[in-house]
Amino acid sequence: METKYNDIIFKEKVVSLFEQNRAQIGANDTTRMSKERDVAFKQFKKVGFPNKKMEAWRNTNLKDVFAYNYNIQFSPADEKPELIEAFQCNIHNFDTQTITLYNGWYLSEDKHLITLPNGTIIGSLAQAIKEYPELVQKHYNKYTNIEENGLIALNTAFSQDGIFIYVPDNVKTYKTIQMVNILDKEDNLFIQNRNLIIVGKNAKLTILHCDDSYNYSRSFTNTVTEVFIDEGAEVDHYKLQNLNDNSTLINTTYFHQELQSKLTTNSITLNGGLIRNKINVVLNGEGGEANVFGVYLVDKEQHIDSQVFVDHAKANCNSDELFKGIIDDNATAVFNGHILVRKDSQHTNASQTNRNVQLTDKATVYTKPFLEIYADDVKCNHGATIGQLDEEALFYIKSRGIGDYDARLLLLYAFAAEVINKISIATLRESIDDLVKKRLRGELAICDQCVLQCKDQENTYEFKIDISKI
Amino acid sequence: MLKIKNLHVSINGKQILRGLNLEVNRGEVHAIMGPNGTGKSTLANVIAGKPGYHIDKGEIIFKGKNILELPPEVRAQEGIFLGFQYPVEIPGVSMTNFMRTAVNEHRKYKGLDPMPAGEFLKLMKEKQQLVEIHAKLTNRSVNEGFSGGEKKKNEIFQMAMLEPELAILDETDSGLDIDALKIVANGVNKLKTKDNATIVITHYQRLLDYIVPDFVHILFDGKIVKSGGKELALILEEKGYEWIKDESPN
Ligand SMILES: Nc1ncnc2c1ncn2[C@@H]1O[C@H](COP(=O)(O)OP(=O)(O)O)[C@@H](O)[C@H]1O
Ligand SMILES: [Mg+2]
Repeated sequence: METKYNDIIFKEKVVSLFEQNRAQIGANDTTRMSKERDVAFKQFKKVGFPNKKMEAWRNTNLKDVFAYNYNIQFSPADEKPELIEAFQCNIHNFDTQTITLYNGWYLSEDKHLITLPNGTIIGSLAQAIKEYPELVQKHYNKYTNIEENGLIALNTAFSQDGIFIYVPDNVKTYKTIQMVNILDKEDNLFIQNRNLIIVGKNAKLTILHCDDSYNYSRSFTNTVTEVFIDEGAEVDHYKLQNLNDNSTLINTTYFHQELQSKLTTNSITLNGGLIRNKINVVLNGEGGEANVFGVYLVDKEQHIDSQVFVDHAKANCNSDELFKGIIDDNATAVFNGHILVRKDSQHTNASQTNRNVQLTDKATVYTKPFLEIYADDVKCNHGATIGQLDEEALFYIKSRGIGDYDARLLLLYAFAAEVINKISIATLRESIDDLVKKRLRGELAICDQCVLQCKDQENTYEFKIDISKI
Repeated sequence: MLKIKNLHVSINGKQILRGLNLEVNRGEVHAIMGPNGTGKSTLANVIAGKPGYHIDKGEIIFKGKNILELPPEVRAQEGIFLGFQYPVEIPGVSMTNFMRTAVNEHRKYKGLDPMPAGEFLKLMKEKQQLVEIHAKLTNRSVNEGFSGGEKKKNEIFQMAMLEPELAILDETDSGLDIDALKIVANGVNKLKTKDNATIVITHYQRLLDYIVPDFVHILFDGKIVKSGGKELALILEEKGYEWIKDESPN
């Protein structure tokens, strides 16, 4: 029995749920956090959910999302899933440290926070607030902007758990840390994770952030992640999304970069009902470098929205954005890039590119690159394209004896590969490469295991035509 | 091997070929010459199966079969090769993978297993030498960033890899300096056997000093208006295309 809800009704429900559960929601808060929670709640009450009248939400309508009722879990479920082992990523030669959120709650067999031999702390944010309140408080909610939209405010008001990672100064984490969000619940869940990642001076961290569905249930996830990258530090961040068609994921990440730090973030969207990836980067120290990449493959009625805001707050920084997408059937892709070069940010190098292949007449693409430049000595460029497969190239390939289906696949794969090739970890690149090939062939299911562990690990995936390197 | 009968072709309602006849047998080299815009590339593209052309009339028989209904990949597998006037750049598809796929698709058509990787690499090397193409180019994306000359050599390299029965080389000489021209011509000559045939389309007589044709045809206004031996190219060179215009009936 499904009741029709619109955003106002859902807002009222959420507001009253917050008020009823206020004590439990903020049980571990420090005084400051508690205050900020109330401020955020007030903000949400004032503005509500984003709607189409807002410029940044013009092409992403949450109306249909609110047509369903959602439930919120205010404490982790008692029953523990048996799949914790199954989600350990076992890409050949790819050694990861896996941390898992299960329906939004940190999942662990014993401790909720562990310290690796090199001093890196990983685990539950809720636990970190208890054990390291000073450290958390120094960064928590410092890089978000609750006025950006109602969902950011709502997350700040509601969030109870999420992932916490702290890499001390000068520590280079030798393992990739894999954050896995698993959704597995029969009833419609509304989840609001909050993740905090702190990377110390000259430290190095590689994170793989996976969003996976375990079944076909409806869900609505509103995640906010803050990443602080201190002087000279380096972060390699990969986001891999393979959610079912009934899922809504609003993913907002704030990267805050200090002097001479380096960030590479790559969002790989293989499947999902409605996904919005909002990426905010503040280059807050000279000599910073931010590479923001993404590739999305959508079909059916899917909707992908990529929003990138890069703030060149200091001089002498480089940013490079490349987003590419293949849009099939009735799917929709939205790209909004915004580069802000502030008045004193001389010698900025900024580039922004969005390219789309629209495979059908019914597929829709909205792309809007935007440069806002106040400094005069800068190099900035942007470009956006929406096109079909190149007919001349198709004929060229076919004229060598390669059939229509394979010729198209070859071109689509080549198109996506430009982004995949930017993945610097070879084993990860190969696995993602396989997933993309599978996806293009329409053979990628919502895995009943971690997306990187698709059934036959022994055989890497190959096209019928062989385009693997020889 | 190839018989074109009374071929009429139009694009977007504009008639390009108007009653073209041509017969090519195994072991022969034919040259097709003619001024710009006269329909030479149209003819080559229509034989190879490029979409977008409307066949108003006529037929193209290749090895006894009318190929007009066949898709381009099947025509290629049947043994037709088109050397493009303007080879297409395909970023992200490496030459090696492209050729390996193409070679294996040809083999599959013939009922053969895919070529083992080692054997394939050996074949690549051998054919690279034939057209003096740098091995580095084959690691790059197809034609991407290749110079004009490199693109043309790359066409002949692909022809060498696929060993077609009928090769149609559309202005493979244009934009080549004399050294590159010699290399390309030399490659084509080495690939010649008594069982295959070549059609070279060219604007200038120059190429025919190196690839000596058995027959020369002059295409004008969508028709072959004159055919002859290799001396026809020399007359044409001397008298210019104006001569054809005067000679041609319409
Ligand atoms: N896509 C097209 N649409 C309309 N006309 C075309 C198209 N392609 C070629 N043509 C015309 O067809 C004629 C023959 O072109 P083409 O076969 O390329 O000549 P050639 O190779 O002899 O220089 C020219 O007049 C050219 O303008
Ligand atoms: Mg031409």
